[in-house]
Amino acid sequence: MSDTPRIVSSRWDVADAHTLEGYRRSGSYTGYAGLEAALAKPPSEVLTEVRDAVLLGRGGAGFPAGMKWGFCPPGVWPRYIVVNGDESEPGTYKDRVLMERDPHQLIEGCLIAAYAIGAAQVFLYVRGEMAHAQERIAAALNEAYAAGLCGRNIAGTDFSVDIVLHWGAGAYIVGEETALIESLEGNRGMPRLKPPYFPAAKGLYMKPTVVNNVETLSNLPWLMVHGAEAYKEIGSEASPGTRLVAVSGHVNRPGVFEVPQGTTTYRELFYDDRYGAGIRHGNELKMFIPGGASAPWFFPEQVDLPLEGRTVGAAGSMLGSGAIVVMDHTTDAVKACLRVVRFFARESCGKCSPCREGTSWEEKILQRILDGAGRPSDIDLLLDVADNISPGPYPVAAHPEAGLDAVPFPPRQTTICPLGPSSVAPITSAIRRFRHEFEAKITRRDPIPLNVGVGQ
Amino acid sequence: MARFTPENEALAREIIGRYPRPKSATIPLCHLAQEQDGHLTDEAMAHIAELVGVTSAEVLGTASFYEMFKRQPVGRYVINVCTNISCQLLGGEELLAHAEETLGITSGSTTADGLFTLEDVECIAACTEAPACQVNYRYQHQVTTEDFDRLIADLRAGGRPEIPAHGTLGAVRQHIAADQVANIGPPETQVEPAWFARRNAEAAAGGAS
Repeated sequence: MSDTPRIVSSRWDVADAHTLEGYRRSGSYTGYAGLEAALAKPPSEVLTEVRDAVLLGRGGAGFPAGMKWGFCPPGVWPRYIVVNGDESEPGTYKDRVLMERDPHQLIEGCLIAAYAIGAAQVFLYVRGEMAHAQERIAAALNEAYAAGLCGRNIAGTDFSVDIVLHWGAGAYIVGEETALIESLEGNRGMPRLKPPYFPAAKGLYMKPTVVNNVETLSNLPWLMVHGAEAYKEIGSEASPGTRLVAVSGHVNRPGVFEVPQGTTTYRELFYDDRYGAGIRHGNELKMFIPGGASAPWFFPEQVDLPLEGRTVGAAGSMLGSGAIVVMDHTTDAVKACLRVVRFFARESCGKCSPCREGTSWEEKILQRILDGAGRPSDIDLLLDVADNISPGPYPVAAHPEAGLDAVPFPPRQTTICPLGPSSVAPITSAIRRFRHEFEAKITRRDPIPLNVGVGQ
Repeated sequence: MARFTPENEALAREIIGRYPRPKSATIPLCHLAQEQDGHLTDEAMAHIAELVGVTSAEVLGTASFYEMFKRQPVGRYVINVCTNISCQLLGGEELLAHAEETLGITSGSTTADGLFTLEDVECIAACTEAPACQVNYRYQHQVTTEDFDRLIADLRAGGRPEIPAHGTLGAVRQHIAADQVANIGPPETQVEPAWFARRNAEAAAGGAS
């Protein structure tokens, strides 16, 4: 890992990095030096620097953080920051590591963001199931407050802001930023109707609110210490810096890796000894999910693509949350498809009918196909239900053998958030490529064990 | 027990004090009630409603949306086995089947002795450590059937030090001393932070000169 840049993961191997002392002592920058650098400048310059660095959001949508901050309408107060630590996208495992192993880095990032936009308060919303992350953040916040790095007169200056740790309680949809805000207001975590499209205009308590992902904010201390120019030297021009990726599934060495954005390819992640170290048992790669359960699948033809948002988008999928799930040739495409669809069916909040009804029908149809009770019309029925949630051609990878081109990202939607449309991703991906597997299950089911002979 | 004890009520008031509007404390207070009673009782929800200034129906409306709030008693140990895609690929469903066999219950139910509740859950963000499960939200990584059996044996024999009873979310809590609070108040009372206005104005003046 020594030749790869470490912006956010530089303290993962340091046993006491979660303490203030450990944070100040180790890593690719001195802990809280980023805050110091930010406080030496006016807030407007910090905002400009983050904008210049093209710090892309790491939660899924990849929207530039500096631009998002800039959407706060002038003269409207207060402004809030809500940290999205509700990591739940299947395959995603990075924010939990950041929160557990380097909580001060996140806290420092929150302070820098709060300084840049003039936030009245920061809410650190941590997924409920992550008890250890909450303990680590609570302890780090207590330390930061005691050391005068949080709250009133931070680091002996006039800059003052409170960071409050908030607990989630188990609901994937709360990762959607307006649902996150609803949840933080004490409500059911259902996404809000758009417009307004950005909570920066109307968010928490209908006040300007910036919602940023844990990894996005964790980049800020390094960025403040080393500057936007140094940041842009890593990765590609359109996607500078690094990304945390979780490579899971059928690789020899699953793990969470920090890699340069924009330049690293999926092939490197799967086969390089620093990362996945090859497909298990020397098996063939069948397919992979390049960016979390919501992302359309990729196949062996796409392994040489770099982890670059626009390139991956044009190829029919998305980088999403850096969740890469590798499936070898032993994987049953119908079963994998059902498992991902079932997730969306379970997690639909129920607000929009196409998603509430559609995802459960998708699950039911896929389940009966897998159970050997599928009907010949079921494949078209599935696609029809899917079309009601996401009308028109759905993003999907090219299939050169069949002469089919890619449909670029993003999908269209009849719902107010992307959850329902996301359930379509595995369906269109799997049917386009493995229609024969679906057909085989429909036309011929495994024999039912009989204990009496026919006619006896 | 059902309403908050005096100690927990004091803690609840401290938590409410950290939010611009009291209702925002609803979910943290539901966790606190669950920590006290092991599950979320109607009486606790009524008490939370009084504390945050809403009706108990509103608290129920919020609480019933979230997976973690148990409105019926559950086992001392709630075991969540992940069967989502990354875990499924490496044996999550087989682990769940083994857990059902070992505990003699199906997923979603509780053992007769009230010790274990088994759940089949969605992704718990341990994808590179598959198959994974949690016991009272404490992670168990790369769990083999032997690991699982050992875990159950340990829990039956008196528990494991890192695993508290169900409901206990974090063993460490955030505390903000009154003299360290920067600025917490209802949004209506908020204006542009003085430090923000002053620092940007100084920069603008400096840039102009």
